Amino acid sequence: MVTKILNKFYTVLIFGFLYAPIAVLAVFSFNDSKSTAKWEGFTLDWYQSLFQNSYIMKSLYYTVLVAVIAAIAATIIGTFAAFGIFYMKGWKQRAILNVNSIPILNPDIVTGISLMTLFVALNIELGLLTMIIAHITFCIPYVVLSVLPKFKQMPAEMLEAALDLGATPWVAFKKVIYPEIKPGIITGALIAFTLSIDDFVISFFNTGNGVSNLSIAIYSMARRGIKPEINALSTLMFLTVLILMLILNKRTKIEEI
Amino acid sequence: MKKIIMVVMILTLVAFIFTGCKSDDKVVLNVYNWGDYIDEDIFDTFEEETGIKINYETFATNEEMYTKIKKGGTQYDIAIPSDYMIEKMIKEDLLEKIDLTKIPNFVNIDSRFKGLAFDAENAYSVPYFWGTVGIIYNTNLIKTPVDSWGALWDTANSGEFTMIDSQRDSIMVALKKLGYSMNTKDLNELEAAKNALIEQKPLVLAYVGDNVKDMLISEEAAMAVVWSGEASAVIQEYDYFEYVLPKEGSNMWFDNVIIPKGAKNIDAAHQFIDFLCRGDIGFKNADYVGYATCNTETMKLLDPSLIGTTYAYPDEALLENFEIFSDPGDFIKEYDRIWTEIKAN
Repeated sequence: MVTKILNKFYTVLIFGFLYAPIAVLAVFSFNDSKSTAKWEGFTLDWYQSLFQNSYIMKSLYYTVLVAVIAAIAATIIGTFAAFGIFYMKGWKQRAILNVNSIPILNPDIVTGISLMTLFVALNIELGLLTMIIAHITFCIPYVVLSVLPKFKQMPAEMLEAALDLGATPWVAFKKVIYPEIKPGIITGALIAFTLSIDDFVISFFNTGNGVSNLSIAIYSMARRGIKPEINALSTLMFLTVLILMLILNKRTKIEEI
Repeated sequence: MKKIIMVVMILTLVAFIFTGCKSDDKVVLNVYNWGDYIDEDIFDTFEEETGIKINYETFATNEEMYTKIKKGGTQYDIAIPSDYMIEKMIKEDLLEKIDLTKIPNFVNIDSRFKGLAFDAENAYSVPYFWGTVGIIYNTNLIKTPVDSWGALWDTANSGEFTMIDSQRDSIMVALKKLGYSMNTKDLNELEAAKNALIEQKPLVLAYVGDNVKDMLISEEAAMAVVWSGEASAVIQEYDYFEYVLPKEGSNMWFDNVIIPKGAKNIDAAHQFIDFLCRGDIGFKNADYVGYATCNTETMKLLDPSLIGTTYAYPDEALLENFEIFSDPGDFIKEYDRIWTEIKAN
């Protein structure tokens, strides 16, 4: 009995920690004041002004655009890299894996500045393209790390067996390997997408020409104070993700039946 | 199911790319500004009047802006840094000269704000907004009127107030309280300021950044050192707050419009600066941002009740001991060291 109560208490505590900040944020998006500390009454004004704020809307567009492209590109590159790394032998594999982990351990600011220096040295004008390249770059190692374990779980002889039975390498990959590693690919793509949406430091140093994503836009508002418009935007983004998750869950359940 | 998702994703992507690439031959002006520091509606007005399109980007600190401009790789035609940063950028030859003959509306700028020490001839910069640093306090909680930095060393206010978590602004408070210049390069004065701040530390509730407004409104703090713009935002919503300019003097800051070296559209940049100096445009910006304009024509359009308030347009007599930050050059290392010692104590 006591353990049961403790269990429940613990669950509530965990979810409280995770969701209380989001709840507060959502509540204050309806606050009839610029303050995010004192409740002054209900309003939908912030939602209205959010959609009229061309700078925030443009940043949202760039954020999603960059995240989608970076996630897709990094997933493709990362998956094939993992494929190659898995079939490497001995010290080569260890060496490549270590090289792969360095960007993960590196502070963002180092990655950001060094990419920027590279682009400047190559005379590539900073802008949307450089931001996308930078995002793909820092997403790849995460995709590799999430796909590789799936290869390890797969019987090593599967590929050889498929080739023996007459599959071309491409068919073998598509019909044999891909279904085995699919969960890893999806995880990798989701991680890449999230990291890309989240990133501030690397984006900041590698953008230009009026291209800025949401993290840059929000962070640069700090001097004048974050406006409740941002609360409204975050609430909408949270709801979108929530609804997407619900739909996906329902779909998988139907498929299972 | 999977195919549908793929198709939807590809379609959105294509749609995104096509909407993103509307190319035309218009002159595009890259403007680099503090976040939320301009009324973006004026960009449309500017485009209608001149045919020049504005490409807008924002930064959060002078140092970020400096890094981006210095490193190159992207060119900005207009940027709006603060006083000491302009001085530093002039020293490092990062700014284009501004041709004032191309800016007829420059006459609108208050002569008090022309030819300031960091750019004595306005050869490189045109004033945009200005303000002060002072003390804001909640008159419901602090009953004795405050008029000096001394209030921040008064044990009666222990645990009630916050300082700014910014090296030069906080050291400035101590230097000014002791009667020194806030641009001092005298180590003894700096040491004295350090000792004053260390002595004060047990009384300070916290060193804070931009959350200071929320702390004041929620009554977590009763008093705080703030920039005038923040004070104005708080006071306009909650009239029981009072903003004072300490009698020992304080910091007066300026954000000026500049053209970074390497700008491609120098003529268009001049046109834009002239546009910003227009009375009605200045009014739109001042009204949106809420900071104090440097433009006399704009002042005429403002709500007269703002004139003479400490937080927006204070009486000149109150600004007697005020100074503008200058770039300390290599001496900044001493400030860094002092600040670390204060924070570590």
